[in-house]
Amino acid sequence: MKIKRKLTEFLVNSLMVLSTLFVVGCLLLILGTVIRRGLPALDLAMLTQIPQGGYYLGKEGGILNAILGSLCLAGGATVFSILFSLPVSIYLQLYPSSPTTRNWIHLSLDVLWGIPSIVYGAFGFSLMLFLGMRASLLGGIIVLALLEFPIMVRGMEEAIHMIPVELIESSYALGATRLETSLRVVIKQAFPGLVTAVLLATGRAIGDAASVLFTSGYTDQLPYSLLRPAASLPLAIFFQLNTPFPAVQDRAYAAALVLTVIVLGLSIISRLLSARFNKNIIR
Amino acid sequence: MNLSYQHQTNPTHHLQIEDLNVWYESHQALRGISADIPLHGITAIIGPSGCGKTTLLRSLNRLLEENKGIQIQGKVWFNGVNIYERGVDVAEVRTRIGLLAPKPYPLPMSIYENVAYGRRIHGLDVLEKGNGRNLDRKVEYFLRTAGLWEEVKDRLWDSAAALSTGQQQRLCLARTLAVEPEILLCDEPTSALDPISAQGIEEQLILLKQHTTIVLVTHMLRQASRLADHVIFLWMGELVECGPAEKFFTNPQDPRTQEYIQGKIG
Repeated sequence: MKIKRKLTEFLVNSLMVLSTLFVVGCLLLILGTVIRRGLPALDLAMLTQIPQGGYYLGKEGGILNAILGSLCLAGGATVFSILFSLPVSIYLQLYPSSPTTRNWIHLSLDVLWGIPSIVYGAFGFSLMLFLGMRASLLGGIIVLALLEFPIMVRGMEEAIHMIPVELIESSYALGATRLETSLRVVIKQAFPGLVTAVLLATGRAIGDAASVLFTSGYTDQLPYSLLRPAASLPLAIFFQLNTPFPAVQDRAYAAALVLTVIVLGLSIISRLLSARFNKNIIR
Repeated sequence: MNLSYQHQTNPTHHLQIEDLNVWYESHQALRGISADIPLHGITAIIGPSGCGKTTLLRSLNRLLEENKGIQIQGKVWFNGVNIYERGVDVAEVRTRIGLLAPKPYPLPMSIYENVAYGRRIHGLDVLEKGNGRNLDRKVEYFLRTAGLWEEVKDRLWDSAAALSTGQQQRLCLARTLAVEPEILLCDEPTSALDPISAQGIEEQLILLKQHTTIVLVTHMLRQASRLADHVIFLWMGELVECGPAEKFFTNPQDPRTQEYIQGKIG
């Protein structure tokens, strides 16, 4: 009996270690491929120039249009999405509402989360047709904001839910209203969790190709107007991988590497940011 | 609805509880409680676990209704106003009737800001705006009142989370006093503390009771007998006996009180 229990323990333990290794292995393989093929193709021109004539045939130029485009798209969408997500998550967690209402809202958010991004793209596209808009940076921002919204709300709700009830009540007990408590206590206490939620959503948005395909389009120009099309890194990868030239395909990997580094950079910055606000948090 | 002092109908009673019933979902936690809380001094609410002490205490500043599935029926008169009446500002009730929780939860900010928080919200120092030193003086005053000033005066801007539990509880006391409540509700304020810190809090309560009405929930009979001027004894959601502490401890009327004091039940 004793041996059987120990054996089970050992087996389960090994399985857990193996699954961890498998996941880490996958990550390393992806990163390895991107770096191995992308790094040699990456040069200063790629980061500082827009595509020149014949860029997609392997000639001069870079993907600055896509880098800036992606930053504008994801940045704009994130700002937009925060403006809606934060009030919604505070409302859902702190304001009294019937459990039925909350369940329905949560169900809707989960469905929204599960909708494939190409559907968001198609929705955005038909909306833009209806409004008479052309493919533009603004259109892309709106669709990406929609894409980010459910991810952000659920993440923020989780962060707010983690706050001890007693802490919130101690603010109420001082005669603070719900709004004052939300703004002065809840946001401060939940800050690291809120940052994580924002980051998760931004990461999803900056890497999404399907939703921006119809809505922001693609252009070799830098994004200088909200009403003009804007390029994006995922589409830059897609278009370059689609060419028959190995040199251009390598540039697609270089673009993927740039995208990965941007996401990593965002992650590091937000961690530093939340560490700065961390010292006052009550555990 | 004006909660201010001059409306008080009965100057010897600060709070009057009238036929208060509370349900959690279908469970009735308080059954027809009627009791008076005298002006100033310490009124202790005692009784065994689950008898509704905390429920009663938290119904006195309407914090109870933050719980889900709660239903409250009855009246609590404060300065001649029923705090459960429509149109009463909940935030004002909670400002005038402060609460000290069992476990300290400092707000996620510095020691100074913890004490200043309530005053800022209520604009108590607004007359001297631009003159931050008035707020500084107040913060110092309330930290002194809570007996914490000497320990934190050199690190007011450090995080409140860095304090020890005993210090945190005194900070919470300072924070509660800083909005200048007329009544202080204390929910087992020493239960999370070591004996030395607990003694510190008790000493502050004794000093405070000269000018403040204090309602103290405690499951420690000895603490009640040390501190209380009046006692409310609850048993299974019902009020068994209430009155002056001396009479309660030396000459209890109800057999359940006698057995509880002798340690036979509860």
